[in-house]
Amino acid sequence: MNATALEKLQAAFPEATISTVLDSAVIAVQPERLIETLSHLKNDKDFKFSLLLDVTAIDYLEYPVAQEARFALVYTLRNWQKNMVVQVRTPVHDPDAGVPTATHLWDSANWGEREVYDQYGIRFIGHPDLRRILNHWQFKGHPLRKDYPIKLGQICYETDSMEKEIRARLALKGVSQSTMQDINTEIMFLNLGPSHPVTHGAIRILTALDGETIVANVNEIGYLHRGFEKTAENLTYNQVIPLTDRLNYCSALMNNIAYVKAVESWLGIEITERTKFMRVVMSEFFRIQDHLVCIAANLVDMGGLTNYWYLYNEKEASYDLISRLTGARLTSSFTRIGGMYRDFYEGWEADMENHIKNIEKGVSDSYKLVAQNRIVHDRTQGVCVMSKDLALSYGFTGPCLRASGVPFDLRKDAPYYNYDAFDFEVPVGTKGDLYDRLMIRYEEIFQSIKIIRQAMKMIPEGPIFVSDHRVALPPKSQVYGKIEGLANHFKLIFEGVKTPPGEWYDSFEAANGELGFHFVSDGSGRPYKVKVRPPCFYIMGGFHEMVEGSMIADAVINLGCINIIGGELDR
Amino acid sequence: MSVTVKIMERKGSSFLEKIYLFEIFKGMRVTLGHLWRNLCDNSRLYVRHYPEVKPEITPRWRGRHRLTTHEDGTVKCVACFMCQTNCPAKCIMIEAGERMDGKSEKVPVRFDIDLLECIYCGYCVEACPMDAIRMDTGIFSVTSYDRESVFVGIDELLATKGAFDEEEYKKGGA
Ligand code: SF4
Ligand code: SF4
Repeated sequence: MNATALEKLQAAFPEATISTVLDSAVIAVQPERLIETLSHLKNDKDFKFSLLLDVTAIDYLEYPVAQEARFALVYTLRNWQKNMVVQVRTPVHDPDAGVPTATHLWDSANWGEREVYDQYGIRFIGHPDLRRILNHWQFKGHPLRKDYPIKLGQICYETDSMEKEIRARLALKGVSQSTMQDINTEIMFLNLGPSHPVTHGAIRILTALDGETIVANVNEIGYLHRGFEKTAENLTYNQVIPLTDRLNYCSALMNNIAYVKAVESWLGIEITERTKFMRVVMSEFFRIQDHLVCIAANLVDMGGLTNYWYLYNEKEASYDLISRLTGARLTSSFTRIGGMYRDFYEGWEADMENHIKNIEKGVSDSYKLVAQNRIVHDRTQGVCVMSKDLALSYGFTGPCLRASGVPFDLRKDAPYYNYDAFDFEVPVGTKGDLYDRLMIRYEEIFQSIKIIRQAMKMIPEGPIFVSDHRVALPPKSQVYGKIEGLANHFKLIFEGVKTPPGEWYDSFEAANGELGFHFVSDGSGRPYKVKVRPPCFYIMGGFHEMVEGSMIADAVINLGCINIIGGELDR
Repeated sequence: MSVTVKIMERKGSSFLEKIYLFEIFKGMRVTLGHLWRNLCDNSRLYVRHYPEVKPEITPRWRGRHRLTTHEDGTVKCVACFMCQTNCPAKCIMIEAGERMDGKSEKVPVRFDIDLLECIYCGYCVEACPMDAIRMDTGIFSVTSYDRESVFVGIDELLATKGAFDEEEYKKGGA
């Protein structure tokens, strides 16, 4: 954040302590002033922080430095026009008494605060629907509190009926009790999922139907919750990388990169030029993979099975390159803090060129079947519309936000890894309907191919790892032969890469949108806390807004279109 | 060099698109083209006759583990617990014993890997200071009828051979 913006912030909040961490400003306020501060940041014309990226909390129970209170709450906000990130933090003295909610300011606070309540047990006064979200409803305790034992498993014995929630939603939509019971307009309740092909995973979509039209909808997630954050607290920074594969498993390598980028930025490590280009090539390649899965599955939902072969065949073929490079098809675990696990193999350029050529062909063929097809137009245009303001309010990022007409892309607005040196276009939609969301993904595939071709021309030779012995494992020859090498190797493996104490947020433009990581470090080799900001968590949070008023069949294709990936959604 | 914004054009309003059939025939040309090409030459189809034809397994492939040996056939592992420490899934269990042949102080008397827990990340290989554990067996499919047999012990790990010759393996970047 630049100095003038910081001055403005200080002028607006004279009582608050403002500091800068990496590119973001951190405003510390007391709980009484929290809502006032947040609403000022959102509504004031100088600030306009229209995106609430994430809400999280920290439990300082075992933190070596004494803090004002055991818990602290952090709201991460973004102004997408000016590329400013602000984190507002407040101490929570009594989690049971709670803090006032921000749900009236941003809709994304709804799910964000629910997660904080679920994981940390902090109440939000005035929250319309404060209940668990990732853990099941019969769960006791709050797993991300430091005194919750990691091994304590809890089983859910009964499904949550969610009757109260769907009835509340119906009431909000103005459906009265008498309409619900009238024989002509009687409401029928229908579950789509959790285990059903339409959900492409495990999500429960509970709908209240009038005929085939969805009148109200509430969703239940968390079926794939494996406790990523809790597990990560017990591993070293490098050991977390294989877990990040399992977030968005359609683009595993992108998560690896986003994760290490966040750690490196805190360590202040400048990775080598070759690594930067490698990461660009691979993240664009995986962006393509992600979009291929999304479009292919989406068109199958629509009944266009042929597209699936044209798109998925090429994705399947791409695994040849991926497994040659990384040593696995799906779970790449290919980055390390400070560099990459391996360099490209001999002859990768030819493989890559071959794959992108075939992908181009496959995607163009599919595009020819779809782009001017009236069935597709009738099914997608004007369906499940998400307006620009609503999309921002729900914390949409990535292709879904761009479809609603917001030209925000971190690669353009906050370029990292030399993205500003490439020539490419960021496609933006106009209406925010299914059609825009679908077409943007097609276009992004072509743009990513363009970036890969440019990067392949520019990629320099050189090392793929920084030479800093605090992060880089010594080469194997030294480990086998030299005592210093061996000692360094032992130290790094046993203690992990040590980070200076502090807290920071770093973000990355993943295939689905902004993938952010909020870290708290206590100076050791293990993260004190990691919070993932998964793009599709917040997109799913706005799902009901898109489907209410549409038909069941539209809800099905809408779910495919926003590309919900369970691993990332539920973590 | 620049990053620009491109507003997506919305199709679907022209007369030819509206009458549906014209565009459908254009689409059929694409699918029939595929059909024709595949009929003429089906060698390019993405079909693998698995399990008769195995997929390509590269030197970097992280397959099932094995323990390597010295040239005289004795175990290289010195029971230093590095792999066990670096394993994110905590699925390696080693028990150390005294070594009598003078090659090192310790040897593993027990070395078990629970393959149901293993996430095939390769961190054990990366951690080993002796090049004693490798994942170059080329075994990519571990299946069994019971849990016990996917719990591999030291004998099985030592008995499995690598699938690549040394030079090829090293070229993979190890
Ligand atoms: S591959 Fe990974 S999970 Fe499996 S034993 Fe090795 S370190 Fe552990
Ligand atoms: S396999 Fe390697 S790392 Fe593991 S105990 Fe043996 S020598 Fe140590």
